Amino acid sequence: MLKSLHKRHSELAKSKRQVEILSNGIFQSGDLPKFKDKIAESNQFPLKANKLEILQINVGYMCNQVCAHCHVDAGPDRKEIMTKETMLQCLDVIKKTEAHTLDLTGGAPEMNPNFRWFVEEASKAGIKDFIVRSNLTIIRANKKYHDLPEFFKKHNVHVVSSMPHWTKGKTDKQRGNGVFDKSIQALKDLNAIGYGLPGSDLRLDLVYNPSGAFLPGNQMALEKDFKKALLDDFNIQFHNLFAITNLPISRFLDYLIASENYEDYMYSLVEAFNPEAVKNVMCTNTISVSWDGYLYDCDFNQMLNLPVKSKAKHISEYNSELLEGRSIVISQHCYGCTAGAGSSCQGSVT
Amino acid sequence: MQKTYYDPADLRKFGKISDWNEELGSKFFEYYNSVFKEGSLTEREKSLIALAVAHTIQCPYCIDAYTGDGLQRGITKEEMMEALHVAGAIRGGASLVHGVQMMNKVNKLDL
Ligand code: SF4
Ligand code: SF4
Repeated sequence: MLKSLHKRHSELAKSKRQVEILSNGIFQSGDLPKFKDKIAESNQFPLKANKLEILQINVGYMCNQVCAHCHVDAGPDRKEIMTKETMLQCLDVIKKTEAHTLDLTGGAPEMNPNFRWFVEEASKAGIKDFIVRSNLTIIRANKKYHDLPEFFKKHNVHVVSSMPHWTKGKTDKQRGNGVFDKSIQALKDLNAIGYGLPGSDLRLDLVYNPSGAFLPGNQMALEKDFKKALLDDFNIQFHNLFAITNLPISRFLDYLIASENYEDYMYSLVEAFNPEAVKNVMCTNTISVSWDGYLYDCDFNQMLNLPVKSKAKHISEYNSELLEGRSIVISQHCYGCTAGAGSSCQGSVT
Repeated sequence: MQKTYYDPADLRKFGKISDWNEELGSKFFEYYNSVFKEGSLTEREKSLIALAVAHTIQCPYCIDAYTGDGLQRGITKEEMMEALHVAGAIRGGASLVHGVQMMNKVNKLDL
């Protein structure tokens, strides 16, 4: 099994080093424009946050997988786990927020010991769309997780799961040996209780990340191919596919540098820059909360340790008036959100 | 002067050919982009045809471009290799089918 950057004591485990890499080299020499200058060309700098629509909470970096592209640097060795106390502070905000979407992520969020309690409590707030980002294999990892599909159903959770390809080879290469077979089994379990079936209210969406140094193709075309292949080969159904660009941070940045693809990848992101996508990047309507309760413009900024530019820095200090209209903290990784049709946790943005 | 004929970075500059002839360059790119849009064939099928042709004409730029394009579309390496064998079969077949000419000539000249 691959090891996390933290476990390997890699210099890239430090977010500061990642930000340095993203700010120097081709961006320092002027070969490529900095993100700030690029969005200024279409008068979109500074990027400002609008009204909160999506509250994304990262309940911990622990994961049963160690995917090669993971922007969280998650893995079994990561000990950063949200405490019940921080969850209570989150619940206070969840109860009063006008956000239409609550999005729990990780690591594998299910590995947080208070995960089920938190979902039960949060679901009482009646938020319209309650997402749990489940990596699928967790459902099959251990007996104690086998009933997760039923649990999700009971709380009307919208399940969003990663699936890099409909073939075993490509999936296992990115996510680890055996992941494909377990994911297929988990998807069957979810289908069996109604998740992902046409017309079903039990939403099951898949996330596609390219398994290498290239950008995702057209989301609709990929969805069509995924649907056909999963149905033909495994009799599996799902609702939508979100095609997400890999951002050049954490383990994916490490991979890009080690495989000597970093510069070419940054060129392709910049070349595919789409000013239209800037209007809808997810930081404009999202707040990301870290395992220890700090606030970030997005999950990527969380991993780069770039906190929100606001007086309200922690979930215990949450204040929508202070946060709305804040300037978003940007760097060159943001090109990942504006390439082609754009990319967010909900897929394309244009 | 660069020491090799091909530089991978030149692929990014393809659009620049319009700099020296805007009218024809634009017409070409307009045509090119239309060709690759979904029609009776899907964009995916066209991408595989382009990959096979790229190998037939042995254009390094096109091979680079359409390998990347295929990956973006979720085309697997097995599908890419099969497409290349189609190119290889047609290329090989094109040589061999001329064997008929050779045979005709031998039959005509030989006693
Ligand atoms: S990508 Fe998701 S499943 Fe994979 S290691 Fe990271 S958090 Fe875990
Ligand atoms: S990386 Fe984060 S801050 Fe940058 S554009 Fe994307 S969502 Fe916004």
